[in-house]
Amino acid sequence: MKEPAGPGRWQALVLQVVLVAAVLGAGWWVVEQALATLRARGVHSGFDFLRDAAGFEISEGWLAFDSTQPFWRAFLAGLVNTVRAAVPATVIAIVLGTLLGVARLTPHRLVRGLASLYVQTLRNVPLLVLLLLMYFALTHLLPDPEHAVQLLPGVSLGKSGLVLPWPVHAEAGWTLEWPEQTLFGVSGGASLSPEYLAITLALGLYTAAYVAEIVRAGIESVGSGQVLAAQALGLPPGPVMRLVVLPQALRLIVPALTSQVLSLVKNSSLAVAIGYPELVSIANTSLNATGRPFECIAVVMAVYLALSLLIALAMQVYNSRVALRGWS
Amino acid sequence: MPLLSLPTHRAAALAGLAVSAALLAPAAHAGKTLDAVKQRGSVKCGVTTGLAGFSAPDAKGHWSGLDADTCRAIAAAVLGDAGKVEFVPLNSQQRFAALQAGEIDILARNTTWNLTRDASLGFHFTTITYYDGQGFLVPKKFKVTSARQLKGATVCTQSGTTNEKNVADWSRAQGIPVKTLVFESFEASYKAFFAGRCQAFTTDASALAALRNKEAPNPDDYLILPELISKEPLAPLVRRGDDEWFAIAKWVPNALIEAEEAGIGQGSIDKLKADSKDPAQMRLLGTGDDMGKLLGLPKDWSYKAIKAVGNYGEMFERNLGAGSDLKLPRGVNRLWNQGGLLYALPVR
Repeated sequence: MKEPAGPGRWQALVLQVVLVAAVLGAGWWVVEQALATLRARGVHSGFDFLRDAAGFEISEGWLAFDSTQPFWRAFLAGLVNTVRAAVPATVIAIVLGTLLGVARLTPHRLVRGLASLYVQTLRNVPLLVLLLLMYFALTHLLPDPEHAVQLLPGVSLGKSGLVLPWPVHAEAGWTLEWPEQTLFGVSGGASLSPEYLAITLALGLYTAAYVAEIVRAGIESVGSGQVLAAQALGLPPGPVMRLVVLPQALRLIVPALTSQVLSLVKNSSLAVAIGYPELVSIANTSLNATGRPFECIAVVMAVYLALSLLIALAMQVYNSRVALRGWS
Repeated sequence: MPLLSLPTHRAAALAGLAVSAALLAPAAHAGKTLDAVKQRGSVKCGVTTGLAGFSAPDAKGHWSGLDADTCRAIAAAVLGDAGKVEFVPLNSQQRFAALQAGEIDILARNTTWNLTRDASLGFHFTTITYYDGQGFLVPKKFKVTSARQLKGATVCTQSGTTNEKNVADWSRAQGIPVKTLVFESFEASYKAFFAGRCQAFTTDASALAALRNKEAPNPDDYLILPELISKEPLAPLVRRGDDEWFAIAKWVPNALIEAEEAGIGQGSIDKLKADSKDPAQMRLLGTGDDMGKLLGLPKDWSYKAIKAVGNYGEMFERNLGAGSDLKLPRGVNRLWNQGGLLYALPVR
């Protein structure tokens, strides 16, 4: 497009500067006004609390945390827990979603029907309902921790989750720590809590239904003439999919997949309902412990924004690699 | 609180509340809340989403409990009608933002009075209406009889409460490691406990009794451990910046305690009003010195309040004590002259 010449261009520039200034000014006014009123009413505000001792414990996670550590570390532990749930859920969603998407296009009627049933069911159940269903099914149906089912030696499944032997580092070097039976269940080893299992499975299974539709649409977008041509050249079905269809389908699939991954990460905040200590749950607790809703929610927003931008960037890099040259 | 509500929406709503708290809260001047209450014709009272004994709705939407009655007493004193209360159910995360935002006039929601809340939220706590302490509820099958035996147990509780921090402090101080599992909603936290996900549940002892009697599949399978690990003085609270309303919210519950000391009950009040020659009783009955005008209330404000909900002792028995499902003993919530902690400031 040709840029407007001379004065028109200046007008556009001035308009934009004024607009940006107005937005920033309004934002500043809101914050300033809010802070002034809060001060006037004796409500303390500011981010200084992030360095105070949190005073609460976090039930599980990769980042060791105890109640004497500061709030910022609690938020960090929450973020780590968000990632800990979101990454395996994304893997489940993409692998299962791709299989389902392909299954919806197979000539086998039974396979197609089952895949279609899965997609329709999961897409029509609210995620929170699915999550609570999974969680209460896990906690009600599994045996009490003291009567956990032994799946393999040292591996047991009960109300306290899936317990496994886990290597620990001691003075003598790495050793395998075996779970031991105690009064309240098992201790030692590593465990995946029912909260963690429920959020990971629910997010993965739910998002898989959407991924399946994206994959199906991507594959269907490739003209049937191309498939016929490939078949005419004598390619077997596997290579037809791998060499002809998927490379072209991916350029439609990847951008749509990006938004599914973004939703998945943000949907992990629903875990607060089932007691999984992810970012929002930690923010919730902190917000109450400190009485600073503004600040805690601002931290959550900033972290989700950063996380989303990071994912979008990664997916964009991947997309630029799979996108067909000359097809943009 | 409905179990099925989106936390992200909740966070947004909370942020909205906080913003409106900051932006819309008008400058403070004396008597503003009282004027607003009179003009509206009702007291907006923040309560729990359902905690037997303190504030719980029945099937018809009628709220009962100690906190609910405290609000009724205030409505009776201010508006002359105990029915003119608008109950606003709030979960523990919403409660402070709602009061800051001016959505409610008073928060009577079994809230613990501590320094952080008193000094940093912009509120005044009024009068302690219940001295509570945090305890543990456990299934009897573990044969645990003391909190000291909880080593290694998973403990369920609700987030956004003092309970969550108390259990961390207690575990650290006593060297008894426990794993705390926190849920956003009270319902989810006790449901997980009764489903067997946790081996203990912790909250204020009064609420433990309510849970065991009302929610447990079989109350006899559960035991409240004898140890109390914290002090939980529960008191209603109001926004700072309106001293007149603060005084009303302080003196109405105080008058109910004073009424028990003075021997005025719901049943005897009208007879006493006609006959009593005791100046202390007459001040409470509105037949002696005018104790209302300094508060900006009618002369018979305390008569109306006591007539509506009874004195503190009657309120306790009806909601928490022998007359209720909870059957809690008065314990430290007896009057000071009967060995308890309740000591009403003199109404004179």
